[in-house]
Amino acid sequence: MATAAALPTKAPADNRLKMLDAAMTRHRHQPDALIEILHTAQELYGYLDLDCLKYVGRCLKVPPSRVYGVATFYNVFTLKPRGEHTCVVCLGTACYVKGTATILSALEREHHLEVGGTTPDGTLSLVSARCLGACGLAPVLVFDQEIAGRVTAETALARTRNWMEQP
Amino acid sequence: MIADDLAAVRERERTAISLSTARIAVCSAAGCISTGGAAVKDALGAAVIAHNLSGSVRVLGTGCLGLCHAGPLMRVTRGDAEPVLFTKTTPAFAERVIAGLPSGVLPLEQRCDLQQPFFTRQHRIVTSDAGIVDSERIEDYLAAGGYTALERTLAELHPEDVVREVSLSGLRGRGGAGYPTGLKWSTVAKAAGHGTFIVCNADEGDPGAFMDRSVLEGDPHRVLEGMAIAAYAVGAEQGYIYVRGEYPLAITRLKTAIRQAERMQLLGHRILDSQFNFRIDLRIGAGAFVCGEETALIASIEGKRGMPRPRPPFPAEAGLWGRPTLINNVETYANIAPIILHGGAHYATLGTERSKGTKVFALAGRIVNTGLVEVPMGMPLGEIIFDIGGGIPDERQFKAAQTGGPSGGCIPAAHLDLPVDYEALAGIGSIMGSGGLIVMDETSCMVDVARYFMEFCRDESCGKCVPCRAGTVQMHGLLTKMTHGTATDRDLALLEQLAELTTRTSLCGLGQTAANPVRSTLRHFHDEYLAHIHDHVCPAGVCAMNGEDPR
Repeated sequence: MATAAALPTKAPADNRLKMLDAAMTRHRHQPDALIEILHTAQELYGYLDLDCLKYVGRCLKVPPSRVYGVATFYNVFTLKPRGEHTCVVCLGTACYVKGTATILSALEREHHLEVGGTTPDGTLSLVSARCLGACGLAPVLVFDQEIAGRVTAETALARTRNWMEQP
Repeated sequence: MIADDLAAVRERERTAISLSTARIAVCSAAGCISTGGAAVKDALGAAVIAHNLSGSVRVLGTGCLGLCHAGPLMRVTRGDAEPVLFTKTTPAFAERVIAGLPSGVLPLEQRCDLQQPFFTRQHRIVTSDAGIVDSERIEDYLAAGGYTALERTLAELHPEDVVREVSLSGLRGRGGAGYPTGLKWSTVAKAAGHGTFIVCNADEGDPGAFMDRSVLEGDPHRVLEGMAIAAYAVGAEQGYIYVRGEYPLAITRLKTAIRQAERMQLLGHRILDSQFNFRIDLRIGAGAFVCGEETALIASIEGKRGMPRPRPPFPAEAGLWGRPTLINNVETYANIAPIILHGGAHYATLGTERSKGTKVFALAGRIVNTGLVEVPMGMPLGEIIFDIGGGIPDERQFKAAQTGGPSGGCIPAAHLDLPVDYEALAGIGSIMGSGGLIVMDETSCMVDVARYFMEFCRDESCGKCVPCRAGTVQMHGLLTKMTHGTATDRDLALLEQLAELTTRTSLCGLGQTAANPVRSTLRHFHDEYLAHIHDHVCPAGVCAMNGEDPR
């Protein structure tokens, strides 16, 4: 059985579990709040590890199979830790027509990564998105929450190289 | 809050607006924010204080002003004078605008001609508040006549009257399928017992579509008001908005709007002192395209894997937790308040015989004016692309317009005179879809485009039914072979056969329409397939044709 102590905790004074519990209380531990709670857990911990999934399942009275099923069904949820920086490449139609595939392969080559992967030192994660809805500015990339429009392979490489050099 | 208090808020706000000498609206939709719109708005605010103009100049963050590629956009309105629109503004420019206001001299550069077809050919109903209403202030929405339709509904109309008015308007579902909204509402109203639900489908998954995002970010109260009127019409007390997790700004604005509406008793218990209760909760999507399908969306709200189930029973009879559920798209709800205010018959004067009103399109791809436009139904496709959209940049040739995302099709130049309505688009193998309109020039290879969409559907197939799960994988394999230059005539025949099979036998809309991009490109661009297969040449020069993945 997973205990609270088995949850991934980096910071010594960890309020994250408290916040997770508070979120579940707010939803009155309803099983149908599972997706909402997984959103909260991922916001708090950065990813969902198996102990966390078991813990949420037990609190909401949802079998582990279903929790795992839900966590792996949706693209947003990740069961692996993300890198310190994240570069999201939009592969929506407008961005594709304007050449994001070229930018993506340039990034993959440069950092020896496949999309969805993280560099061995844990600095950079490369992620693709279905469509960010900023099609007017295609091609669009997101560098750590910051949306950037009309990106070229050169600017994308410059930004990510910068991260790699000063982690 | 009762009607009199609401009238007082409106009056106060309108007085404040009439006393101001200038209103400066900065586009605060995600597009302009990402080009620095927030900094421009902050600079305006600081400059107003620095120049001691707080009493006379109002700065507002507003919904999408349309020309996304020229952002951040700024619209300055002074008294009764014609508004001025500035493009590509910066904080320094904002300072100059404010400094020039007292003497009435605005900068001459960076002005956008508001008489160009991009603006004059549009007809704004859904997006009418952009540039006028601050997205984060309910008072602004009220001053612009917001929530009058809800007031009128509760005070004067029976639920049946509301349904009749919506039926009369001829409004059809703006999510893409085009089901008559009035008919759906009356089905739910008839099925009603206790515990009917209202759902707003804001899971805008089609790549290249951003209409719903813009409406939610720019005018969230319009959607809430439409949902409240719908709830009254079908007898629901609980509503959900299922919004994409990829739209953080829309989520924030919706949360703010719901809180504001609750505080003014426009949502919640005893709305406007009537007997009507209605509450709205948000549900955040987690990145699954299939959740745009209504039964999958229901499963997702219930906290399960977003997998569709066979219909019937339709959600109108058995939806969320088995209860009758009304599901409409964002843009559909945004049309409701104007319909109630001006009458269904008035709405029905716009558009074609079977497609009424307006449609918002997101123009993107190889087109000069990328951005958001709202046009009457029935406008020829060519006018949208060339007159409003400004045509193709870099003196290239138009090749195809893609509507409806992965469920839609590619329309060739021969059909540019086609009027945009549900039946006309379906007639040539595409669909209206939710409103994404992506323009392609000769640098796009149609086989590669078909492969791109098939890859999308393959990845997003939920895996429940075999035709979609296996069909999309097989079709993607065949299309990849074509782009590698290794396909044969037999592969082409197999592709056609699989496309037909997947369309006819899949469980839900995703699988049933997954082959549309293939079928429409096969129909309109057959030569390109043949060039790939017989001549081992990609006419557009996109596919490597050497056994490598096309880039």
